[in-house]
Amino acid sequence: MTDQPLVLGIETSCDETGIGIVRGRTLLSNTIASSMDEHARYGGVVPEVAARAHLEEMQPAIERALAEAQVRLEDLDAVAVTSGPGLAGALMVGIGAAKGLAVSLGKPLYAVNHLVGHIAADILTPDSVPLEYPTIALLVSGGHTSLLHVRDLTTDVELLGETVDDAAGEAFDKVARILGLPYPGGPEIDRAAVGGDPAAIRFPRGLSRASDLDRHRYDFSFSGLKTAVARWIEREEAAGNPIPVADVAASFREAVVDVLVTKALAACADRGVPRLLLGGGVIANRRLREVALARAAEAGVTVRIPPLPLCTDNGAMIAGLAAELIVSGRRPSTLAFGADSTLPVTEIQVAEDSSGAEDALVRAGAEVG
Amino acid sequence: MQGPAEGRGGYPGRVILGVDTSLGSAVGLIGRDGRTVADVAREGHLGHAEAIGFLLEQVIAAAPASDPDPLTHVAAGMGPGPFTGLRIGIAAARAFALGRGVPVIAVPSHHAAALAIIEAGAPAEPFAILTDARRRETAVTVYEGIDVDGIPHAVVDTVLVPQADVDRKLGALRRFEVAAISGAAVARVARRAVAAGRTLTGSEPLYLRPPDARVPAAPKRVGP
Ligand SMILES: [Zn+2]
Repeated sequence: MTDQPLVLGIETSCDETGIGIVRGRTLLSNTIASSMDEHARYGGVVPEVAARAHLEEMQPAIERALAEAQVRLEDLDAVAVTSGPGLAGALMVGIGAAKGLAVSLGKPLYAVNHLVGHIAADILTPDSVPLEYPTIALLVSGGHTSLLHVRDLTTDVELLGETVDDAAGEAFDKVARILGLPYPGGPEIDRAAVGGDPAAIRFPRGLSRASDLDRHRYDFSFSGLKTAVARWIEREEAAGNPIPVADVAASFREAVVDVLVTKALAACADRGVPRLLLGGGVIANRRLREVALARAAEAGVTVRIPPLPLCTDNGAMIAGLAAELIVSGRRPSTLAFGADSTLPVTEIQVAEDSSGAEDALVRAGAEVG
Repeated sequence: MQGPAEGRGGYPGRVILGVDTSLGSAVGLIGRDGRTVADVAREGHLGHAEAIGFLLEQVIAAAPASDPDPLTHVAAGMGPGPFTGLRIGIAAARAFALGRGVPVIAVPSHHAAALAIIEAGAPAEPFAILTDARRRETAVTVYEGIDVDGIPHAVVDTVLVPQADVDRKLGALRRFEVAAISGAAVARVARRAVAAGRTLTGSEPLYLRPPDARVPAAPKRVGP
């Protein structure tokens, strides 16, 4: 295959139906259909609602992406899809579509890891200097909060830590609800925090005590923070005090941002890696970017942030990762894979066709009726 | 009512791939003459995502030798069935059709089961197709023969019936408890619909239930 493979990527791990098309490291289309509005009245992503929306959006999104990229399906070198981690029922819609498309076209199929895809988003950034390895990566969204040590995008990604309860984005949604703000919480908290004092209330930093750091040095916890905010508000209300919403929002956000940045920079220092890559939808939070950039500069760490449409969940990063795998000589995935909602980050590609033997076994399972 | 199974007869010239994951995973292909070129399946509710690619590949591999004609349509079984599995076949069918540049024909999965039963020597009187809808419910559609276009005639549209009420509701009506839908049968129903220029169901799967989601109440108190 060429060193500039034309790849279509399908991403359906959460509530965005993402279709991306790349030629090597060149982004041709990043088409996203989101079902976010349908989740708003539930205050969070409802898996069944997301899966239904993926099915309806899939075909039109593929058609829009092809039109934008000005390529035809028959020109593709490969199809790529997210196998996990994510919502199982949502992932399966993308997998069904990817398999149907790949078999229909007779094209190779690459099943890849969503989290590693977030790192691949960086290499699609136009006019950027190539990503240098190793790098620490902090991926923050409504579905995940992960800290990674990336030595090589296609072969060597290590999980340093992740959230033990809520994802950071979820914490924003839940605290927004406590404050009576709509979903999604991130932008609402930002809006409410304008003019607020981030130091007004000292909310707890999860898993940051010395006793926690032994076992959870790079892990995150946001569930206790959410409860602390709720408790603080209840106490003030009980005392008959007005709630300083701007201060609460700013102080809560500061607690989230502080713990994210502190742990990411600790990883950089511990591992001797002066590079930090940020990814995931919560990177849209301006305060997180500000604090990360300022504190990284003090620590002598270079920060990379892909453009926001590549930070949120998207199909382009999935296509981009597959293109890198192809260029590095990896074989396609067999058709055997399914959705793996807890796929470990070390599995960058799923079900790579190693010998054909595994293939034959699975085929034997399909009885001719 | 026409008899027995062929209706107006003919429906020539379509090469149709049928895909259904409303129960097990099934893919079939019928040729220009309407005969089955290939019909493969894997039983069971689980593993649709794993199975669907191999089944498609198997059927496509069977095609060129016996039927060199290009595919004209893809038929998708739209359920009813457990949602997560059901969607996989529909997504695969639509993407396959997109890849070949052919239209998708949406087929109620019970129609395919009913046609297979009618073809096998249907009862003259009305009969019910029953499939497991999970949560102690059964999806039921009542058919009576085929209509003028050769399509199984549903006299009662699909409803969910609690398992405990099935006996009482169906009474003496003849029942067929169906555990597998054939991809080729889905294609044969589509063939008749295409010939008649009819749309059998909408583009949304026959979910029969709203999504499990509750609009949250006000936040709970967490304090003492
Ligand atoms: Zn993500």
